[in-house]
Amino acid sequence: MLGRTSHRSPGPLARAFERFRLNRAAMAGVSLIVPLVVAILTYPFWWSFKPNDIDLLAMNAGPSAKHWFGTDGVGRDVFARAMEGGRISLLVAAASTVISAAIGFLVGAISALAGRWTDAVTMRFVDLVMTLPPVIFLLVLASIAGTGIWPTILVISLLSWPLLARMVRSRLLELRERDFVLAARGMGAGLPHLLFRHGLPNSIDILVVFATLQIANAILLEAGLSFLGLGIAPPAASWGNMLNAARSTAVLEQYPWQWLFPGGALVVTVLAINFIGDGLRDAFDPRAELH
Amino acid sequence: MTEPLLSVRDLGKHYTSRGTNLTILHGISFDIGKGEAVGLVGESGSGKTTIGRSVLRLVEPSAGSVRFDGTELTTLSESEMRRTRPRMQYIFQDPFASLSPRMTIGEILTEGLKIQGIATSSERMDRARKALEQVDLPPDAVSRYAHEFSGGQRQRIGIARALTLAPEFIVADEPVSALDVSIQAQVINLLRDLQQNLGLTMLFISHDLAVVEYICDRVIVLYLGRIMEIAPSAELYAKPLHPYARALLSAIPSPDPDAPRESQILKGDIPSVANPPSGCVFRTRCPLALPACAQIVPDLREMAPGRFKACIRDDLD
Repeated sequence: MLGRTSHRSPGPLARAFERFRLNRAAMAGVSLIVPLVVAILTYPFWWSFKPNDIDLLAMNAGPSAKHWFGTDGVGRDVFARAMEGGRISLLVAAASTVISAAIGFLVGAISALAGRWTDAVTMRFVDLVMTLPPVIFLLVLASIAGTGIWPTILVISLLSWPLLARMVRSRLLELRERDFVLAARGMGAGLPHLLFRHGLPNSIDILVVFATLQIANAILLEAGLSFLGLGIAPPAASWGNMLNAARSTAVLEQYPWQWLFPGGALVVTVLAINFIGDGLRDAFDPRAELH
Repeated sequence: MTEPLLSVRDLGKHYTSRGTNLTILHGISFDIGKGEAVGLVGESGSGKTTIGRSVLRLVEPSAGSVRFDGTELTTLSESEMRRTRPRMQYIFQDPFASLSPRMTIGEILTEGLKIQGIATSSERMDRARKALEQVDLPPDAVSRYAHEFSGGQRQRIGIARALTLAPEFIVADEPVSALDVSIQAQVINLLRDLQQNLGLTMLFISHDLAVVEYICDRVIVLYLGRIMEIAPSAELYAKPLHPYARALLSAIPSPDPDAPRESQILKGDIPSVANPPSGCVFRTRCPLALPACAQIVPDLREMAPGRFKACIRDDLD
């Protein structure tokens, strides 16, 4: 698709991808995140411990050839738990990002394209959601929805979409007045056509950047919720509740591998995704088209 | 003139901006017969584009009636309007803004057919290729993007897009004013040939009087949202009735350097729509204005068959 032939020249997306490929920080992010995701997805095939297996002979054992990342207080392998925790953290992050991106895009796009009255009502609603203090809102939602993977996804999704809705709306308010959109209306285009044939392709840059940055954000939110005991409940592992389990002074001082590795994985993942997000934002920057 | 395809009566457009009422258009009435090309001329800010868009309901008119082939458009529901839209299309002024940068030419040209649910996708693509041939572009342009084409080529793609839905009526909004002079003639000739071969009815908006004379059967002269004069092209250019039309025509540069120069340059700028002059809106710049012009709002009157003017100075004709 990206090949250059005499008939098909690179489209706007292909040119953005080319600029992304030349961005060093973003490519470093990719080269960190890809092996990490591959390891997280494939670890049961090459790692001999399961996340909830207990090794009674090695409690609070330090990193060794057998347990690369050591074990925790009940003898569970920290490497296996960090991998499993990564699966859950990334699942929660990816799912909540998809949901909040869909809500944010639809609310923003309908607001911009469906007329003045709809716009006023929806935007006041968005304002309302944005004025809720996020931490308290999270805690209330989480205590209603309960703990576990799907409630956590729901809580994070419902908190994250208003910002995107605003960005999409302002982009499409400008787009609505462009001649090519007027031409589509002049040919009889209705709201669904304008939403998906014009709105979506012209906010794809906003969506991609939102999605990458939101994944990083959602990983942190999930860790925060789990740390507070409201996200993923033990014995299931997530990076957040592993940190929570390791927060006593004794563990912090004497068994640093129990928080260092999940914490490190969290930091590396979020950092890498942010690099990628920045790279994508630069790649989609319309001013870059001039070069 | 045959039965009018388009009949506009008392069309008005008002905006309210920070408490002040802006009257962009006032009491616009005219007819366009089937197969006729009518020019709409006036300075920047006189409301030419607003008329073109109001007629197609791309801008909602605030007052008046627009009848198209016997159907009143202003009261049609959204879905009825959508079904009527293929019969009337718009050609835009700016060829760089009117084509989506994220669509291939094929997608742009099949968009209308797709919206209207006409034909299968491969038939639509065939129609797009045919439309490109109609405007002298190679059919393989369908797989390319708009940024790969020059302004003139893009404008021809815009024309091709308007033609894909096989409209009867076209509003061409200054289709050549954004193009290099060297390309203008080519696009103008293309439009004229298409109009004649396909029997299109056209409202041609322009501020270039020479182009209008070449392409249009009749001309409507607009000033500050009001019609000043309507006349068949040949008669208008031979003998304009309204002082504003005279001033416009005398401003056309002559290719003959020895021709006597009697151009009459209007002083000042077009007044603000927020604060229009009383009486005749043109009186502040009219070389022939009388004190009465500040009192009386002149009606558009038929002076001779097919010739209308809005001016009280009948003594000058």
